[in-house]
Amino acid sequence: MDAFFLQVLNGLDKGSAYALIALGLTLIFGTLGVVNFAHGALFMVGAFVAVTLQRVLNLSIVTLDPDKKDFLGNPLQIQTPYVEAWFGEAAGQAIINWSVPLAILAAIPIMLLIGYVMERGLIRHFYKRPHADQILVTFGLAIVMQEIVKAIFGANPIQTPAPDVLAGVWNLGAWLGLSLPYPSWRIVYFVFAAIIISGVFAFLQFTTFGMVVRAGMADRETVGLLGINIDRRFTLMFGVAAAVAGLAGVMYTPINPPNYHWGMDFLVLSFVVVVVGGMGSLPGAVLAGFLLGILESFASTTWATTTVPGINQIIIYLVAIIILLARPRGLMGRKGVMEE
Amino acid sequence: MSKFEFTRRGLIKSGAAVGAGLAMPTILSRPAFSYTNEPKGGTVTLGFNVPQTGPYADEGNDELLAQTLAVEHLNGEGDGGCLATFSSKALKGNGILGKKVQFVTGDTQTKSDAARASAKSMIEKDGAIMINGGSSSGVAVAVQGLCQEAGVIFMAGLTHANDTTGKDRKANGFRHFFNAYMSGAALAPVLAKEMGADRRAYHLTADYNWGWTQEESIKASTEALGWETVNTVKTPLASTDFSSYIAPVINAGADVLVLNHYGGNMVNSLTNAIQFGLLDKAVNGKDFKIVVPLYSELMAAGAGDNIKGVLGSMNYNWQLENEGSKAFVKSFGEKHGRPPSNSAQTCYAQVLLYADACERAGTFNPCGVVEALEGFEFDGLGNGPTSYRKEDHQCFKDVLVVRGAQNPTTKFDTLEIVEITPVSQVTYPPNHPMFGGDEATLGKCNPGA
Repeated sequence: MDAFFLQVLNGLDKGSAYALIALGLTLIFGTLGVVNFAHGALFMVGAFVAVTLQRVLNLSIVTLDPDKKDFLGNPLQIQTPYVEAWFGEAAGQAIINWSVPLAILAAIPIMLLIGYVMERGLIRHFYKRPHADQILVTFGLAIVMQEIVKAIFGANPIQTPAPDVLAGVWNLGAWLGLSLPYPSWRIVYFVFAAIIISGVFAFLQFTTFGMVVRAGMADRETVGLLGINIDRRFTLMFGVAAAVAGLAGVMYTPINPPNYHWGMDFLVLSFVVVVVGGMGSLPGAVLAGFLLGILESFASTTWATTTVPGINQIIIYLVAIIILLARPRGLMGRKGVMEE
Repeated sequence: MSKFEFTRRGLIKSGAAVGAGLAMPTILSRPAFSYTNEPKGGTVTLGFNVPQTGPYADEGNDELLAQTLAVEHLNGEGDGGCLATFSSKALKGNGILGKKVQFVTGDTQTKSDAARASAKSMIEKDGAIMINGGSSSGVAVAVQGLCQEAGVIFMAGLTHANDTTGKDRKANGFRHFFNAYMSGAALAPVLAKEMGADRRAYHLTADYNWGWTQEESIKASTEALGWETVNTVKTPLASTDFSSYIAPVINAGADVLVLNHYGGNMVNSLTNAIQFGLLDKAVNGKDFKIVVPLYSELMAAGAGDNIKGVLGSMNYNWQLENEGSKAFVKSFGEKHGRPPSNSAQTCYAQVLLYADACERAGTFNPCGVVEALEGFEFDGLGNGPTSYRKEDHQCFKDVLVVRGAQNPTTKFDTLEIVEITPVSQVTYPPNHPMFGGDEATLGKCNPGA
């Protein structure tokens, strides 16, 4: 029973990442009609915002300690971060320790800006082009982004740990008499994902801006005829989608050390999530994200891999085929989307 | 008076005799032995095939820095590095056999087909006479096969699978790096000493050739100690999140987790294992332990604090105190501001060993080089006394057992040497079943051309 619940938690955790990325993808597709293959790269860029902030906070004053030697026998360089020098050792260490949560504050404007520049600078020129052209240009953009990150940060994964207080293990089953030790940051990630997803839905559902965007998603031309500049709102939604992907990336860094290839690692799976959920359907993307995350988690258990070898590698695609055969528009797809 | 009869058969015979006579000077004037890319003029070209893109690009970059350093030292530039400490004194710092050394590079991308293509290009277009480098056993086996067919020497870089000098061994290929069997043989006594002989191990293994051979080797070594293997689970190479594989370990009754992973896989699986608090658990009345059989400095840096206390093995570590190691660390460190990794050291040593073999053989002919390297015993390149075994072209030397340092003083000493396992303890017969048994052969040296 304990193992069952652990895999459910793992699934929810993986599903959180899939759902956040797929939500952004669907937002962009639903508003602008663009199939954005660079969306995974935005997730990766968000992660590297956290890495960059960690490095900035670790910028140090260098002094030489003549009593200690480095590997070449020269006096050892002692590095004292500026934040420790300015705010005292304890406060400085606390700031560095909380670099990932702090990166959220930095990531929101940065990712909004990146999204805005991407949309205005490149993607808007491809709105009236076939989806194949959009895929090619956004895939190329994804490769450019990952190569830039690799040139700056290298190819190795970079540790970006959670704050100490959130780096341990919480026993979630203590109240139920179960043993469910689960990494605390993964629980934080799930809660964070739930807040972001709820926030996006609330924004679309309960604000005038969101109402106009939803109207535009349903009938762009009519909204335009009412004198509303829907393009400007959709551009902002592109920025919001980029910010959601970026925040998902920031918060994922303590779970797995980020590397330049992260975008590609998540991209294909996220597209499967979008297709299974139904192109253009935001609730579908979230539902499919969690569903496929849980399925993938259970398919990786020893029982599953010994019963059907390789099932862990194909389960998502297998389920996607079955769902699409039964419901060609996906779980919550709307008629007419991607069908012209 | 004789009569000359002009017949068709006679004409053919006479024509053949005259033709042979005319061709004789040409046949006699050809060199006694010719071989692929025989150097003409004042230079000789080496091919460095390393991952310049892809997940092991940093490792490849370190290899390339070391290879470039080796070329500088061979050409008499820089401080000479290990030329002064190398037990063979054939290298004089005037190139190889008096020819200035130059090099070309290729990008393996850590893909076998790409690695073969770049090696082929360097051999056929650039005239490379030796190929060195790489960070993957799949790549090493593929390029080694190509070099055998092309008639050039392959001096492997980082390749740890048993197969490279096991069932896939080739006469033209040589491996300085240690292998999975050696990791198991070196680690086992230390594991027994530190963890006892009554342990239950759970293996997570990267699902490709290297992972399988490492799992087989470590499993054999630990079971010989008396350990029980609870489970072996293969993980896809493309995995990024190992939480679904770690969670079952908690309830499996295992008290040791063996991570047969390398590179990004190792960093992620170790990070996930630490997140789940495995090292804080007590199972079967014992503290839970994690073992990473193959370590590298670059991966250790990626794993950060998570490697503290975790045991593993290495081919070389810059903290070794022998004269060869000191000379190499000084040379590399002064140039690049950091100590070399073990992949850098193996490539540096391989380039010098190739050059030295050419000097001792008096030729670049691959078959002469093979003869010079087979059974060659040497010291002064950083690993201590080492020998190239004739039967499988595997280097035999001491193996390092290392542990993630609890309190590193700098970012470079994240690993501490626990034990230097003597070569006698990691030596195995050339026909060992894990290395292809009696059927594994080197074949014949191919000089090409």
